[in-house]
Amino acid sequence: MTQTPIVKFEDARLAFGSRVLWEQLDLSIAAGEFLAVLGPNGSGKTSFINTMLGTTALNHGRVSIAGEPVRRGSAAVGLIPQQRPFGDNVPLRARDLVALGVDGAKPGIRMARRAVRNKVDELLELVGASGYANRAVSDLSGGEQQRLRAAQALASDPRVLLCDEPLLSLDLNHQQAISEVIHRQAVERGSAVVFVTHEINPILPYVDRVLYLAEGRFHLGSVDEVMQSSVLTELYGAPVAVLRVNGRIVVVSGDGTRALPADGHDHIEDIELETGK
Amino acid sequence: MNFSDLLEKAFNFQDYGLLLPLVTNSLIAGAALGIVGGLIGIFIMMRDMAFAVHGIAELSFAGAAFALLIGADVVTGSVFGSMIAALILGILGTRARDRNSITGVLMPFGLGLGILFLSLYEGRSANKFGLLTGQIVAVDDVQLNGMLLLSAVVVIALLLVWRPLTFASVDPVVANARGVRTSGLSIVFMMILALAVAVTIQVVGALLVLALLITPAAAAMRVTSNPVTTVVLSIVFAELAVVGGILLALAGSLPISPYVTTISFLIYVICRGIEAVRSPRRHQV
Ligand SMILES: Nc1ncnc2c1ncn2[C@@H]1O[C@H](COP(=O)(O)OP(=O)(O)O)[C@@H](O)[C@H]1O
Ligand SMILES: [Mg+2]
Repeated sequence: MTQTPIVKFEDARLAFGSRVLWEQLDLSIAAGEFLAVLGPNGSGKTSFINTMLGTTALNHGRVSIAGEPVRRGSAAVGLIPQQRPFGDNVPLRARDLVALGVDGAKPGIRMARRAVRNKVDELLELVGASGYANRAVSDLSGGEQQRLRAAQALASDPRVLLCDEPLLSLDLNHQQAISEVIHRQAVERGSAVVFVTHEINPILPYVDRVLYLAEGRFHLGSVDEVMQSSVLTELYGAPVAVLRVNGRIVVVSGDGTRALPADGHDHIEDIELETGK
Repeated sequence: MNFSDLLEKAFNFQDYGLLLPLVTNSLIAGAALGIVGGLIGIFIMMRDMAFAVHGIAELSFAGAAFALLIGADVVTGSVFGSMIAALILGILGTRARDRNSITGVLMPFGLGLGILFLSLYEGRSANKFGLLTGQIVAVDDVQLNGMLLLSAVVVIALLLVWRPLTFASVDPVVANARGVRTSGLSIVFMMILALAVAVTIQVVGALLVLALLITPAAAAMRVTSNPVTTVVLSIVFAELAVVGGILLALAGSLPISPYVTTISFLIYVICRGIEAVRSPRRHQV
């Protein structure tokens, strides 16, 4: 591809204290490309996203978005964070939450009510949330709330969509709907997608490349290149087997007792024990 | 005292017309306070800071008591006290759990200091008690101007940061990514809150600030999730409590606070009732 990449990491390194999360990372993500980021808890997936948001600085090297150095709050970047339920102390309807994605960073109170309203209607339609536009956010299920976060993230038609485990603890139906919305943004609007996930199977049809982080190292390549027993065994520094069952990918630790990264909701700390870290 | 004596003490409208002009200043101050409480309560709820408000109030009380002791202006004293508390909480207590424990540490310290200053004070004992449980019987013109000025500052400051503060309060992670300065805003909010607490103490006292700073907003949120309606209801509820409380207090020989807190509480109970009738499923748990 001859176009400038949407995201470009050059010799990037991130460490907290003496703990290196990843280094010597050179990565270009093209328009419309869907990058899956996998790895155990604490391997630096969220931090990777934060470097593109401009909320965490690299220790070395550069990262740019659409040719410009990253800048916090840039309209070129959209974020769908991990699902965390809103409590009932949030006096907002679904549409008000999405509206914050449109103009929430601006000071004062909202004056352009009509324009924002139209934009919000459009976004709700896009993520299939029009049916509950006027319901209280706190009355919605985790999956419904997550669709609203997707709508928020799409508000500025971002060049890159950063998704930090957006499917965690959602039911299958919402998992599919949200991955589809994200995929559509890549295909129809040419946005690059960085999709952090514990579970690659729901997004397997959409993934172009995989970045696998573990133990302060990483491996980058196509699904078939990365999701192999030999590659992950080397990354984890311990025996790991990758199995394909009915078109699904299952990763288990050497003794076959444990899925890696754990399917869905579980925490993963026990892997670190197992690999002797 | 039997029950009819109590009623006589609580509600006696005989000299009402004569008394009313005496409380004009109190009513104006109360009305301003209603707006302040109704507005800021929404953010206190969103940010889950009820306990912190209580902590700020106790240090504000200490400040006011100190001012009383050295013969300085009481409102200024409470502003100083609550500013110090708010700064400590804003800088040290960025996480909810830290904030709760710091508040728990500050609160008895503030209350203890306040009681020390009051016991050293040799003036009218009504003044002493008033700081804790409310006074506002006779607000003079100077006090009134001070309170109106503080209220105006609070309301204007809130309007200036309304939208980003809402964003930062409901979803700090996304707000921060969208460019909202969430940590700066939380310090700003603590300062605004400190002023609001200092004004409220003048009316209902340090122990009862929550009745005006939390209850109206909490009640409004039980019956609506439309943000504009929430603001309107919250202010209306706060006004009913304060202005209604002052007017009722006039009819009896009891202090204002019990009227204010009771009205406020009843509104909350009614709103919960309405919510329960509307969506019974949510309350089966
Ligand atoms: N601001 C920070 N300061 C120090 N350590 C951090 C900071 N942010 C993250 N870390 C550490 O970096 C590691 C990676 O964290 P994170 O990126 O959240 O991992 P993941 O999202 O893969 O679970 C963790 O050990 C975490 O404790
Ligand atoms: Mg993470």
